[in-house]
Amino acid sequence: MIVEAADLRKRYGPTVVLDGLDLRVAAGSVFALLGPNGAGKTTTIRILTTLSRPDGGLARVAGHDVLRDPARVRAAISLTGQYAAVDAEQTGRENLAMIGRLRHLGRAGARRRADELLERFDLVRAADRRVKTYSGGMRRRLDLAMSLVARPEVIFLDEPTTGLDPASRATMWDAIRDLVHTGTTIFLTTQYLEEADRLADRIVVLHRGKVAAEGTADALKAQVGGDRVDLAFDTVADLDAATALLDGFPDPARLLLSVPSDGSAAHLHRLLDDLRGSGVPVARVSSHRPTLDDVFLALTAPQGVRA
Amino acid sequence: MSHALTDSVTLIGRSIRLSRRNVETLIMSILLPLLMMALFVFVFGGAINTGTAYVNYVVPGIILLCTGYGAASTAMSVTDDMSNGMVDRLRSMPVNSFALLTGHVVASVTRNALSTTIVVVAAVLMGFRPTAGLGGWLAAAGIVLLYVLALSWLAAGLGVVAKSVESASALSFFMLFLPYLSSAFVPPGTMPAVLRVISEHQPITPVIETVRGLLTGTPIGANAALALVWSGGLLVGSFVLATFLYRRRTAD
Repeated sequence: MIVEAADLRKRYGPTVVLDGLDLRVAAGSVFALLGPNGAGKTTTIRILTTLSRPDGGLARVAGHDVLRDPARVRAAISLTGQYAAVDAEQTGRENLAMIGRLRHLGRAGARRRADELLERFDLVRAADRRVKTYSGGMRRRLDLAMSLVARPEVIFLDEPTTGLDPASRATMWDAIRDLVHTGTTIFLTTQYLEEADRLADRIVVLHRGKVAAEGTADALKAQVGGDRVDLAFDTVADLDAATALLDGFPDPARLLLSVPSDGSAAHLHRLLDDLRGSGVPVARVSSHRPTLDDVFLALTAPQGVRA
Repeated sequence: MSHALTDSVTLIGRSIRLSRRNVETLIMSILLPLLMMALFVFVFGGAINTGTAYVNYVVPGIILLCTGYGAASTAMSVTDDMSNGMVDRLRSMPVNSFALLTGHVVASVTRNALSTTIVVVAAVLMGFRPTAGLGGWLAAAGIVLLYVLALSWLAAGLGVVAKSVESASALSFFMLFLPYLSSAFVPPGTMPAVLRVISEHQPITPVIETVRGLLTGTPIGANAALALVWSGGLLVGSFVLATFLYRRRTAD
């Protein structure tokens, strides 16, 4: 295990942020810590990257204890924080070379490494422009490149795509996936189920500073249930008729019937055909994939309420 | 340990490059003191009786006014690094992250050296006629440098505690104000009693009196020793304060 945490605890004043967190991340894997704002994701990253001290518990990264041997941990990791920590008034090349020199690659070594990374992250043409002229996606790519200067064993990415448009997000995902081939372990946090789904081998859902669930993306989604189709009706009578006909969950207040689905067009067809065959008019139809909200509702709702 | 030195050199280079690129701030920190000097020499100066040509009296004050402006922008750059993630990036690397502050302080001193030189040259064009020899110039430069270094560390410390760039600017406001309550622009003897006490017992007055004496031959008296004690004490105090505040801000 390249990252191990046992019973991590952290509070800020009266607020308990981490409440006995256990984590194990295998070397060479992509690990996602999934949770909403305030779940403790950033605090976990700050502890594992030696920025913050836990109140209790143990954490080892790349074989070194974060409290007893922070210098060794720092030599083995890189952090890309939530805010792209790049100098807007320096060029992309200068930013990279600066990190190279701080990583003690020497002047020539730093320059060579900067060239390689500019090439790899598709920033060659923008290399000598000041970063303030970069798009949000280019900034994040440069930020990621800066984390790779020293070829770290573990890279920590704190919400790497928050605030990016869909196209930049996809580019960033490609860049992150490419890292896996180099054998680097990736530890990322995200609020997006889809992001964890696309990237991670293993996901831990964090809720109120504890592990609420863990497993592969498929396993988690199976736990929450699959897609659903919401059918909206104009009258209570129509809703009742549909409820009698189909296997679903009625919501009389909103005149809505939620029907579990496999997400296929064929299933939707069948539903609508059944209703038409029985003369029940449907006002609107919408289909839903399980969202992070669903995961949290399912994982944190009291027993028995679970749909 | 040699890494600590190369890390500092790298971060000093960064801060100097950033100051050079931040053209608006750089121009303002040079232009504003020049305008103030022109204002005092050509507008107010005629009405202020200092017993000498007013330009000769006011130059040391303008130099110290400059350092106040420089300090404000130093505090703001430090706050920017503390809040935008740069300090976290460095702290997660095997780097002595305190060197970040060293970088800002050295860049601040460099900026001040530049603006001071420009102010002195402009002053000569406006009629400033110093009588100092090389030794006097070097001594004056030394004392200004010591004071600027002390003020830069103080500004760095303020930058560390400030929660936002705006509040960093507000915190350093008193540094801009202090020169007016000194012997920079008018002899303290003309001020009301309370202000006179403040002006005679604050660090800027002995520094100004010393620089003025070294450059134009006015009596220095105990001011040289006072200036050294004030500036040296301020330097040690500010450095300790900045170190303490940085440790506290980065410990959680």
